[in-house]
Amino acid sequence: MMGRRLVLAIPWAWLLIFLILPALIVLKIALSYPADSVPPYAPMLPGLHVSTDAFSLILSDPLYRDALLLSLKVAALSTAICLLTGYPMALAIARSSERWRSVLLLLVMLPFWTGFLMRINAWIGLLQDNGWINTIAVALGLPALRLLYTDTAVYIGMVYTYLPFMVLPLYTRLTQLDASLLDAAADLGAPPWRAFLRITLPLSLPGVWAGILLVSIPAAGEYVIPELLGGPQAQLIGRVLWQEFFNNRDWPTASAIACALVMLLLLLPGAIIWATRQAVRAAAITRGAAAEARPAVAPPAR
Amino acid sequence: MLTISGLRVRYGSLVAIDDLDLTVPPGELFVLLGGSGSGKSTLLRTIAGFVRPESGRIAINGADLTDLPPHRRPVNMMFQSYALFPHMSVAANISFGLRTRGMSRAAVADRVREMLGLVRLQGFEARRPSQLSGGQQQRVALARSLAPRPALLLLDEPLSALDRNLRRDTREELVGLQHDLGLAFILVTHDQEEALTMADRIGVMHAGRLMQVGSPSDVYERPDTRFVAEFLGAANILPVSVRNGRAELACGLVVHTAMDVPADARWLAVRPERVMIGAVDAANRVAGVVVQQSYAGDTLTHVVRLADGSLLRATTALQQGLGADPVSVGDAVTLAWQPAACIVLRR
Repeated sequence: MMGRRLVLAIPWAWLLIFLILPALIVLKIALSYPADSVPPYAPMLPGLHVSTDAFSLILSDPLYRDALLLSLKVAALSTAICLLTGYPMALAIARSSERWRSVLLLLVMLPFWTGFLMRINAWIGLLQDNGWINTIAVALGLPALRLLYTDTAVYIGMVYTYLPFMVLPLYTRLTQLDASLLDAAADLGAPPWRAFLRITLPLSLPGVWAGILLVSIPAAGEYVIPELLGGPQAQLIGRVLWQEFFNNRDWPTASAIACALVMLLLLLPGAIIWATRQAVRAAAITRGAAAEARPAVAPPAR
Repeated sequence: MLTISGLRVRYGSLVAIDDLDLTVPPGELFVLLGGSGSGKSTLLRTIAGFVRPESGRIAINGADLTDLPPHRRPVNMMFQSYALFPHMSVAANISFGLRTRGMSRAAVADRVREMLGLVRLQGFEARRPSQLSGGQQQRVALARSLAPRPALLLLDEPLSALDRNLRRDTREELVGLQHDLGLAFILVTHDQEEALTMADRIGVMHAGRLMQVGSPSDVYERPDTRFVAEFLGAANILPVSVRNGRAELACGLVVHTAMDVPADARWLAVRPERVMIGAVDAANRVAGVVVQQSYAGDTLTHVVRLADGSLLRATTALQQGLGADPVSVGDAVTLAWQPAACIVLRR
């Protein structure tokens, strides 16, 4: 009993020290007055100097709201593209033969062998005006495109970076799927597309949610990709936060942005999951309603 | 009417089904009996369309199914694991095969209710499979596979996941249901007792071939081969040599048989329950010593060593209980059996 508590205490202590405590410190900075000092905010005690100015600012100034909305849009669209490309990939890997599976999985994870910054820098080389993509396009007789420092480049970077985080949970879920269920669906007259929609897709939803969370949360706070690949118009919240922190040295405002982002990222997926559960439940009730319309006369067997 | 002709299935270099012919008339309960790797499940999956044959033809009522995908075949299968859809209610599971056929909502609801009544699961429509017992899951699987009114129902080891007592009751229920529906069933099992009690006809499979097809009593009492004799029930197999049209055992006994002995006969098979112990008036009598006894509650089996060292089993029904049995290990006894109990085998 004692040993078991001790084992459980380790992750809790970890979470407390490295997640909850820093989050509380950030919240404290957000509620402090700015000051021309090191660090650049006034102490709260003594006298209880609590300021909500930083929160008022980010709620009233459209710059922050727009950055937040743009971040959510980029995150949502990147997640959607990751899902639409990652699902077929995960399905193909899950349904390939044992021998190929490990090779294909390795290919999905291969980018992790190189540092993230290096890979994003490599994309600059690919995307710039006289980069590889345009060189090949021109050689093929296609018009050269302006790619680098556009929104397209941001999306390319996002999808490229976060696709493995979509593929891996989906793959895990899809390999757990009992193949006899698909046999049963086919046996009961369902063509492959119908078996996919009624069996594979609903049973893989936990993997879909895991993938969506793993992609959308870091994507919403992403700083490096818009900074390196995006143009000046790509004012995502991560970038704004960086500017407040390092360029303006306004720690309370930067901390307030961080708090707002965390709150949003905690509430939004929760709301999505709750809404989906309600929808699924409603659908199940409607579907079963036909059979339940007339109550059973005989008592249940056994 | 299911007609299979010249069917051959190959997995790489392994021939899983080898030149198989079979006809199952409407309303028959046909049991495919075989050990693991005999090809019985492969045959079932080939009929359902999950396995593509290398050659041969499968037809139902004259319509060729060989090239149809599983979802377009008028057969349904009940899976060994049941393969119930875990995210759907009992009602949604049963209606799955009806909706794929574009049946109207009202007709689906009627049919689901009818099926739930058939398997006595009224009131369970909203449950999930995980909320049901093994026996209830089995009945949902049965209802789901029967709902689309298949021309033929395939059952892959339908009772293997149930515990012993439930299995016996379900066996009887399933036979009754099959009889009432008048639908042809092909049931795969490795359990010989299940095969004998349920089947109209049994097909014994081994190494991708149908070794023998016949009624349970045909296959049990008149096996064609040593394999069938040993696979279906226990059998004493003794090598014989043929002299002047009569079979002679290694111990020198010339056996009186009811059937003619062909010149190339190699074995004599005698069921243990047809071998009697003691001074019984029967044409075949042989002396030996009891080396082992095994008690199975309703029967007692003596293993008797004959003069030449070969062993013979004699199983006695314990109608009077165990107390009446005077024979013990080490006793010299006489074994006897009637000419009609002799099965002469050529291979």
